Amino acid sequence: MDIDKKLVKKIATLSRIKIEENEVERFSNELSKIISWVEKLNEVDTKDIIPITNPSDIKIPYRKDEINDGKIKDKILKNAPEKKAGYFIVPKVVE
Amino acid sequence: MTDLKNINLEKCLELLKGKKISSKELVSFYLKEAESNKKLNAYISLNSENAIKSAEESDKRIAKNQARPLEGVPLAIKDLFCTKDILTTAASKMLKNFKPTYESTVTKKLWDAGAILLGKTNLDEFAMGSSNETSFFGASINPWSKDNKQYVPGGSSGGSASAVSGNITIAAIGTDTGGSIRQPASYCGIVGLKPTYGRCSRWGIVSFASSLDQAGPMTKTVNDSALMLDVMAGHDKKDSTSADLEKTNFYKNLKNSKKLKIGIPKQYKNDQLSKEIVKFWELGIEFFKKNNCEIVEIDLPHTEYALATYYIISSAEASSNLARYDGIRYGLRKNSEDINDLYEQTRSDGFGDEVKRRIMIGTYVLSAGYYDAYYLKAQKVRSKIINDFNQAFEKVDVIFTPTAPSDAFEQGSKIDDPIQMYLNDVFTVPVSLAGLPAISVPIGLSSNNLPLGFQIIGKRFDEDSVLSAAKIIEESANFKKEKN
Repeated sequence: MDIDKKLVKKIATLSRIKIEENEVERFSNELSKIISWVEKLNEVDTKDIIPITNPSDIKIPYRKDEINDGKIKDKILKNAPEKKAGYFIVPKVVE
Repeated sequence: MTDLKNINLEKCLELLKGKKISSKELVSFYLKEAESNKKLNAYISLNSENAIKSAEESDKRIAKNQARPLEGVPLAIKDLFCTKDILTTAASKMLKNFKPTYESTVTKKLWDAGAILLGKTNLDEFAMGSSNETSFFGASINPWSKDNKQYVPGGSSGGSASAVSGNITIAAIGTDTGGSIRQPASYCGIVGLKPTYGRCSRWGIVSFASSLDQAGPMTKTVNDSALMLDVMAGHDKKDSTSADLEKTNFYKNLKNSKKLKIGIPKQYKNDQLSKEIVKFWELGIEFFKKNNCEIVEIDLPHTEYALATYYIISSAEASSNLARYDGIRYGLRKNSEDINDLYEQTRSDGFGDEVKRRIMIGTYVLSAGYYDAYYLKAQKVRSKIINDFNQAFEKVDVIFTPTAPSDAFEQGSKIDDPIQMYLNDVFTVPVSLAGLPAISVPIGLSSNNLPLGFQIIGKRFDEDSVLSAAKIIEESANFKKEKN
């Protein structure tokens, strides 16, 4: 699969990464090479094979749905690049 | 006066508990060594002041005979583990000022056992790389570098490997997603153990690929790795994939040597493998035979598909995990009037090229219309790779292979070709996909006088056999740690 310039721009937008016009061709070449390389998997017959998401055979345990921390607002906000009165500051989103 | 520079963890504990040295002396010595070996660029930050204070506390405990298992031992920690109020960068511009408000479970276990944080070590950005060259803070150097050439320490846990090999820490910890503990251990002539997926808690480790990431020790000897893993392992409620098993006794169990069946996968002996590696492989097989182990040829038919499977799955998981770096809650922010522009500018400026490539690959293979062809396909091939190992382990106790296809390479020689770089992980990646434990242990020096390690792979949660087999190689090879 060729990842052409148009597709690179689309993927970059989906990834929320800004790419300069002069970088598009380089990423197109690099991503095309990588994607062509992983297409080797098409050789494998995977009919009736169950896909796995995790190598662990541990059953994910249930736990009680209860609050076990809290009152950590200052900790959560400590690394915020911009904050005010206990809130994160973001640009205006709703017109 | 004891030669503090060349001691391993076992010896260090013996000296501390015998009150032959104080923790304060030891920590001061290693801080000084770290400072005077800055050219290795192994550390991103040193914990100088706090380390001395902690050492004084440890000395008090030792004086009162209240020493804990790792009391007073200085350790180097990969800068991917969150350490409370201490800079944790993941070697990325994105997190260059990030000080977590909490401690990772694995590091907490180490501090609760009396160990002392010496410093945070260099790595490839977000652990994505095999040479340490993608670090925002510049590449770490292999202490075996020579002839005015700079060799890579491997990656991604290159700083930890460089620090152990360069004698600027007693031991270190790293993380391994596709080989990031084992490959640098091989390049730097040290022991590196990736435990079974689920053996150690992943809580508080900056996430890369959650179905693959695992913490492990990087040490001078096999015994040291067992000692460290006994402290690091264990169930954690905060990581639902961590296994709830009995307390481990790897160190104690190592004393009973086992008669093992050793598997040699024929698919790993491909045409591209150098004669030198083949020669060491045969040497290792001889070592096992001399120790009454049985050698069995095994089949891992889907080996050649492991790398492609790994790069689809790990990139998909990375693209999802790294979505959190949005410039709002923590990390770098590039301001803008528009929210999407803020995200895009922040992520463009904060991430390096390799991280961007992997996020984009991951986004692509998960996107509508391509999900089945790439991501789902890779998950199915992953099933087949796991099945290969399951079948092989019906016949053998452990599997013996090279750790990497070559010795350390020169800085700059592969960084412009992502696929060439990925090929370094050809022998380590299948193990990661199957979530198995594996160790890299030094076996000798290449014709270029650089270390070479070999890998021993075990069944799920059978680190005991892995360590036992590693000990046979270690004792037989008698690897000389002196650099020219």
